[in-house]
Parts: sequence; structure tokens; C-alpha cells
Amino acid sequence: MEDAHIHKALFEFIEGRHPDIRFGPADDIFALGFVNSLFAMELVLFLESTFEFTVPVDALRLENFRTVEAMAALVNKYAAA
Amino acid sequence: MTVTAPAVDVTAAREFVDRHVIGEADAWDRQERIPEAVLDAVSAAGMWAPFLSPEVGGSGLSWRAFGQLHEEFGRGCSSLRSLLTVHSMAAWTVMRWGSSALQAEWLPRFATGEALGAVCMTEPQAGSDTAGFDTRATRSADGWRLSGVKTWITGALRADVFLVYARNRHGLAAYLVPRDSAGLSVEPVPDPLGTRASMIGTVRLDDVRVAPDALVGPESFLSGAVLTGMLDIGRLSVAAGSLGILQGCLDACATYTTERTVGGTRLRDLQLIRAKVSDMVTDAAAARLLVTQAAELKDAGDPETIMATWIAKYFASVAAARHAREAVQVHGAHGMSSRFPVARLYRDAKVMEIIEGSTELQQLTIADSAYQR
Repeated sequence: MEDAHIHKALFEFIEGRHPDIRFGPADDIFALGFVNSLFAMELVLFLESTFEFTVPVDALRLENFRTVEAMAALVNKYAAA
Repeated sequence: MTVTAPAVDVTAAREFVDRHVIGEADAWDRQERIPEAVLDAVSAAGMWAPFLSPEVGGSGLSWRAFGQLHEEFGRGCSSLRSLLTVHSMAAWTVMRWGSSALQAEWLPRFATGEALGAVCMTEPQAGSDTAGFDTRATRSADGWRLSGVKTWITGALRADVFLVYARNRHGLAAYLVPRDSAGLSVEPVPDPLGTRASMIGTVRLDDVRVAPDALVGPESFLSGAVLTGMLDIGRLSVAAGSLGILQGCLDACATYTTERTVGGTRLRDLQLIRAKVSDMVTDAAAARLLVTQAAELKDAGDPETIMATWIAKYFASVAAARHAREAVQVHGAHGMSSRFPVARLYRDAKVMEIIEGSTELQQLTIADSAYQR
């Protein structure tokens, strides 16, 4: 799956929830301070439902969700499998 | 091996509640426990965790049907529904985030009711404020060691295994701890206001040792997603259970106001009574739509389910408390008697405004959604 497509979907989702936040694909979203446990769960559900895969237990790690680029890599690793 | 489970649907749940629960719940309330034979009957009916897959003995029940089932149990007895709630929360968490070994060991037992689960969140000093939790988990050579005190634990007096939230060096994480673990002890929290038969207890963990794979989900910050997901399941159950209380109030009022007369006039023919009943009918219908919407979003895996579930629980619990108060009023002095279910429904309804996110916490959270696009 093209990274650009995944990036676009993720930006739309995250900016939809937090319209005042500005960030780029390589920015650490956890460092921006708006990610709480509720949003983290929403993010997991969004990735799973949009890209039709299940986040494995051992993939629920901070580094896989830290940036839009990392999440795109996660999608490409598991959604295509 | 695939185990064939009994058919589970809303019709079966309604029949179960009418047969085994209605008429007994007030006695359980006084005894502060659910008889073991009733728990066995829930097991035989396959209703402890029917959302689990058929591969582990569940029915693969949808969340929509789960909501209907928990409404029925809430209509009959909030204490029994509370046991289903915490069992569901533990079972879902292991299903979604447990290791393969943990799933193989516990999911078949959760499905059949051979093992009942409970969730250890609340602490004496912190309440449900996770930032203030003192219970600790430290890594050891052979797994994890847990120490701390958890209280107001629904089902603690009966559960076979506890999902314990404890702080490790990274943050808060979930651990599955069998009841028979050395160093784990349980004592009752007696005489609660409501859900009196839900066998509430305090759980003490004194250097309890568990295996490495007792950790359910990650050790890191993202364990918050595990907690949120688990609470979301509990919140759907409580929303549906609150709706059940509301329906129970409506059923009781419809019966009582038909039978009771004042000055030769049936209560049901008095306009002020009809106003109360019509509000119950309307709010029950609205709550049912909200619970259904939240559950269907969950079935679709839509992230909107989390906020929809907050809204459903907020509306249903507040409506249940309001209408339970009115139901007692409709019954007059009889409403204060244990011969009528509305006194119990009134006490149980108040509990629903506190558990799985208090009304005030829900208001704070739901307001955030107004500022999203």
C-alpha cells in the first residue's frame, strides 16, 4: 500500500480529532502531548478498521505509533500479510 | 478442538432471566451473594462470555447481541449483570491482548464459566484515578512480583482469576493473577448501597509471583489502550444494564399502576402517573437506540464506538437513576418495601452513575467531542 495513501488517512483522522495540532509525518505525536489512552485506543481501532488488519500484541509498542511514518510502516507490515 | 456452545441470543437471555432471576433477585440482594447454582445455570446457558469465538467454546456473539443480553440481565438483577460485566472485561482483554499461552489456558475456561474473572482497578487512596495507583509490578528472574491493595472489586469473593492493573517501570499495565496465587487474599466489602449481591471485596497482593506471560498487553505507555478497550467493554455492559434497570422500573410501574386503585380509580388512569410512565417509555427507547448504536459501531470496529459508548452509558445511567426514583414514588410506601423490586432498582441505579466512569467524568469527556471536526 502506498505510504502517501496511509499518511493522508492518518492525517485526516488525527487532525479531525485534534484540529489545533500541527505536525508532520516524522514528528513524534506523543511528544506533542495530546495523545491520551482514549485516543491511543481510537488510533488502534482506526488503523485496524481502515486498513483491515489486527494489531498483534507484540506490535502494540510506542515506536510503532510514535509518528505517521511509523504507523504507515506498521500498516504495510501487517495489512499486506 | 471446537466445543459446541448453547445458542445464545436475546430470546434465550430473556427466558433465562424470567426463569432464574426475576423473583429471586431481592433475596440475593438481602443475602449479599448470588447462589452457586445460579452461576452454574449461567454457565450451562453459555452466557458468561458468548462473544468469545467458537474455537474456544464461545458463540462469536456480536456486540449488539451482547448489549441485548446485558440489558436482560440488568432488568432482572444488576448484581448478576455486574458479575457478567467484570468477567466480560477480563475475558475480552485476554482475548484481545493476551499471549497465545494465556489465551489457550484461560479462554476456554472463561467461555464455559469454569473460571470466573474479575478486574482489580480501584485502590483505597486513589479510587479509580489511575495516576494515583500504588500497586506495583516488578520484574523478577522468573516473571513478575505484584504488591498492593485493590478495593471495591466486583465479584472478588467468587472470582477464580483477577486482571490486576499495576504500575511497572514504564507505566500502568495489566496482569492476570489466579486467585490461588500465594500472597493473594480477599476480604468482603460488606453492606454496600447497591448491587449488594455482586460479592464485592478487597484484594490484597503481598509479593504475589506470576509467570512472565501474566502480563496482558504491552509493558509500555500503550498499555493505556488495553485499559481503555477493557473499560469500553465494561461501559457498554453498564449502559445496557442501566437500560435494563429502566425497563425493570417501567415493567414494575405498569403492573403496579394497573392493579392499584385510589378512590376507585386505577393509578394508571391518573394523568400525573401517565406522565411519569410516558417519560420512562421514551427514555428507555432512546437509551436502547444509543446502546444499539454504540454496539453496532463496535461490531464494525469503528473508533467512533468509544465516544458512542460513553454517550450511551451517560444517558442510560442518568435516566435509570431518575426513573428508578420516580418508580419508587409511583409505588408510594410499597416502593420502600423489599416486597417490590423498585427499592432494589433504585439503589442499583445510583451505582450506575458512579461505576465505569462517573457521570461527571462522562460529562467532561463527552464535551471534548464537541470541539472535534
